[in-house]
Amino acid sequence: MSQEIEDNSYVNLGIGIPTLVSNWLEGRDVMLQSEIGMLKTGSLAEGDAIDQDLINASCQPVLEMQGTVYFDICESFAMIRGGHVDVTVMGAFQVNQSGDFASWMNPSRGLNGVGNIGGSMDLAAGAKKLYIAMEHTANNGSPKVVRDLTYPATARKKVNKIFTDLAVIEVVPEGLLLKELFPGLSVDDLQSVTEPKLLIARDLKEIEL
Amino acid sequence: MNKTVKDVEEALAGIEDGATIAIGGFFAAGVPRTLLRALIDKGTKNLTLACGSGPLLGAKDELNLLVQNNQIGKVIDSYSLFRSATKGAQHPFEQKVRAGEIELEIYPMGTLCEKYRMAGAGIPACFMPVGAGSLVEESVITNIEEKRQKREIRVLNGQTCILEYALKPDFALVHASSGDHEGNLCYRKTAWNFNHVMAMAARVTIAEVENLVSPGDLKSESVHTPGIFVKRVVKVQRIKFDITAL
Repeated sequence: MSQEIEDNSYVNLGIGIPTLVSNWLEGRDVMLQSEIGMLKTGSLAEGDAIDQDLINASCQPVLEMQGTVYFDICESFAMIRGGHVDVTVMGAFQVNQSGDFASWMNPSRGLNGVGNIGGSMDLAAGAKKLYIAMEHTANNGSPKVVRDLTYPATARKKVNKIFTDLAVIEVVPEGLLLKELFPGLSVDDLQSVTEPKLLIARDLKEIEL
Repeated sequence: MNKTVKDVEEALAGIEDGATIAIGGFFAAGVPRTLLRALIDKGTKNLTLACGSGPLLGAKDELNLLVQNNQIGKVIDSYSLFRSATKGAQHPFEQKVRAGEIELEIYPMGTLCEKYRMAGAGIPACFMPVGAGSLVEESVITNIEEKRQKREIRVLNGQTCILEYALKPDFALVHASSGDHEGNLCYRKTAWNFNHVMAMAARVTIAEVENLVSPGDLKSESVHTPGIFVKRVVKVQRIKFDITAL
């Protein structure tokens, strides 16, 4: 995914798998926006470098860089909602073929209709490009790329691309276009763990590891 | 003007049962831990704690005590449940939410920011595009079914927008790295987060500061929260805490 993010972009990485993308962005001319109120977020801090007043939006201690700036939360969400962030990467429970996704509530937790929305809906509403980074299937093996969401939606028709441990899939007006596949995996293998019928890109290639 | 009070007990004067109190902080950063401890000692009940993004998850010891003392009636937040379902299932706060003994009202984080900002800026409501196409568009998200008020919707520039009201707390407890006797505040790094906007929003804002300085000591152009938004200032010790995963 880090290859998909162009230089000179402002990028927001959501909680969970997306934060791992930051490891691959080191040394690139990309600025990470963290919704807690920070631009030019550095890498994870360890040991003596941990500062209790300096965390990212996933509550992980991080480092400052040359030129890091801090700001108030309203200003942070003005950047997000106002369309100033170029690429947003989020995790999800499910994504469907229309680019709807679900990430904020797991109904099986039995919490009577509440969940953690956090900044997910704001990020989705303001995203110029929204990428989902997730595992291809749930722990029980059931598909997370689905025909219809069974979890409550975070936002609709917003997802541009889905990056999983098995494939890269683009959301196009006709449906889901398979662009890249894990080496050694066949299209049929992937289709068997993906609910909607996939369209196959003419230039389908292996994921570069 | 001198807004300093001698101790945290005096700082919390006037907070009564049933009060709505904004709590600054974003997970572990910028949480007014000393004032929260004082609120626990005070024992005030049936409180509505108006949060921004999980300050109580970032101050778990304080959350546990508040729950144990039965002080919380309601929490307003964007992210206040453990990320891990298994951890959450065992946690007393989540158990009370599940049982409906604590009301939990959830908003998108940026919407919550604006609800506080509007309260501070004298704006009664606004139309928000965030949450369109989700359950947020239908009704207020809460674990208490009869509190799920229907939303008012208007389509503006082709976007579905939701009417969101200002949220004005009775009190705000905020944490600042430095503050002067007149209530001017400066935050440190990401501990800034919700503290400024909550200071704007509340009827009575109470600031705990690690460094108490004299007027003129803070660089005039670099003050984050002008003193006009702050009623009381109390000097506290810098508490060392662990940043634990969610």
